[in-house]
Amino acid sequence: MSGVSVTKGAEDAAPAAGDDLVVLSNVNKHFGALHVLQDIDLTIARGEVVVVIGPSGSGKSTLCRTINRLETIDSGAISIDGKPLPAEGKELARLRADVGMVFQSFNLFAHKTVLENVTLGQLKVRKTDKKAAEDKARSLLDRVGVGTQADKYPSQLSGGQQQRVAIARALAMDPKVMLFDEPTSALDPEMINEVLEVMQQLARDGMTMVVVTHEMGFARSAANRVVFMADGKIVEEATPDQFFSNPRSDRAKDFLSKILHH
Amino acid sequence: MFDFLEGYDLLGAFWVTVQLTVYSALGSLIWGTLLAGMKVSPVPLMRGFATGYVNVVRNIPLTVIILFASLGLFQTLSISLGASDFTDINFRLAVLSLSAYTAAFVCEALRSGINTVPVGQAEAARALGLSFTQILRLIILPQAFRSVVNPLSNVLIALTKNTTVAAAIGVAEASYLMKGMIENEAQLLLISAVFAFGFIVLTLPTGLILGWVSKKVAVKR
Repeated sequence: MSGVSVTKGAEDAAPAAGDDLVVLSNVNKHFGALHVLQDIDLTIARGEVVVVIGPSGSGKSTLCRTINRLETIDSGAISIDGKPLPAEGKELARLRADVGMVFQSFNLFAHKTVLENVTLGQLKVRKTDKKAAEDKARSLLDRVGVGTQADKYPSQLSGGQQQRVAIARALAMDPKVMLFDEPTSALDPEMINEVLEVMQQLARDGMTMVVVTHEMGFARSAANRVVFMADGKIVEEATPDQFFSNPRSDRAKDFLSKILHH
Repeated sequence: MFDFLEGYDLLGAFWVTVQLTVYSALGSLIWGTLLAGMKVSPVPLMRGFATGYVNVVRNIPLTVIILFASLGLFQTLSISLGASDFTDINFRLAVLSLSAYTAAFVCEALRSGINTVPVGQAEAARALGLSFTQILRLIILPQAFRSVVNPLSNVLIALTKNTTVAAAIGVAEASYLMKGMIENEAQLLLISAVFAFGFIVLTLPTGLILGWVSKKVAVKR
């Protein structure tokens, strides 16, 4: 675990109930014979930081990807900001523009510079003018600490720098919610913290976040709520304090005993 | 030794070859790119059309396609592509045929290039809210093209040599002149050698330059 030493304090200021931004109800999905999401009900309030943890293959990445329909679902309903997720076409594209996504493997556009990566969505989706888009991109790149790399290509950057650019790229769309699909899992250990610190800062700034991660330190310090998944089901939901000090389910106790003690 | 060349417009004939190549290359690049786009599109009808087109066209001999254009399109259906005299009509029909034929190969080369682009690139673009055509135009095709410069240069070299088939419908390009000279002169081997050399002069630099371009534009991951 990387010890990110930021105190939370967001927990007390947990968002008011009734302001639900992302609602999944009774969601099911199969990959062939594998029932990867089973009757998932999950509600994420505006401004809330939800960390999804669990063993590999438990369906947590799939859950994250269904929220902007990079994975389709077999049954159930997902709505974002009160609107049901459109099936395809322009409506879906418009919704995706409001949902920021950060991938495990960064997925920066390899043939475009860092600056172009961050301006592309603004120019082509938001139709911002070029000057404004570049100003915004540069200030976001400064905010995540890679402002000096703006004219380089992704392959010239370290993994940690690439992931921070990817965060800036998602933020440039002014998303309502940010999805993080194991954002630090492909990083060298020494680069994990620089990415987590950016995410901590985002959480403090009040961004609604869904974070799939194995970083328990981040879950403890930044999450309002921990969702524990195993075998396609949500087994337990609790505040980080409750979950890490006093897990209720046996599956969670077993999981925590394996990762917290060596 | 090269006296027999006198009285023949060798450069003029090769100039027609170059024109056929350039126009057909542009035509096939545009049409082939559209076909490749259809082949990866989410619309089943488009995918089916592109697959059918490629499979039919690349399996028909070019000579048959060109003769069909001349006998079918022009002489039967009177489609003259906006030209008035026979030279222009035949030239345009040849460009149309060569483009239609070569596009099938461009499409397949490009599709193999699309397969080299990691799926995460398209996912990231979708997550930003870009539309299918935007993703294809801005993210996928630019990276695909960079990885298939070499296969495309093979297609271009083949196209340059395939222009000789246009002689079948009377387009006065290099091989048409060659046939005439072989009939009139007694220098069979030398004439063939001169024309062979002419084609190498056209195609060798194509391969070398595009090989260099291929290295220059390669996407680093």
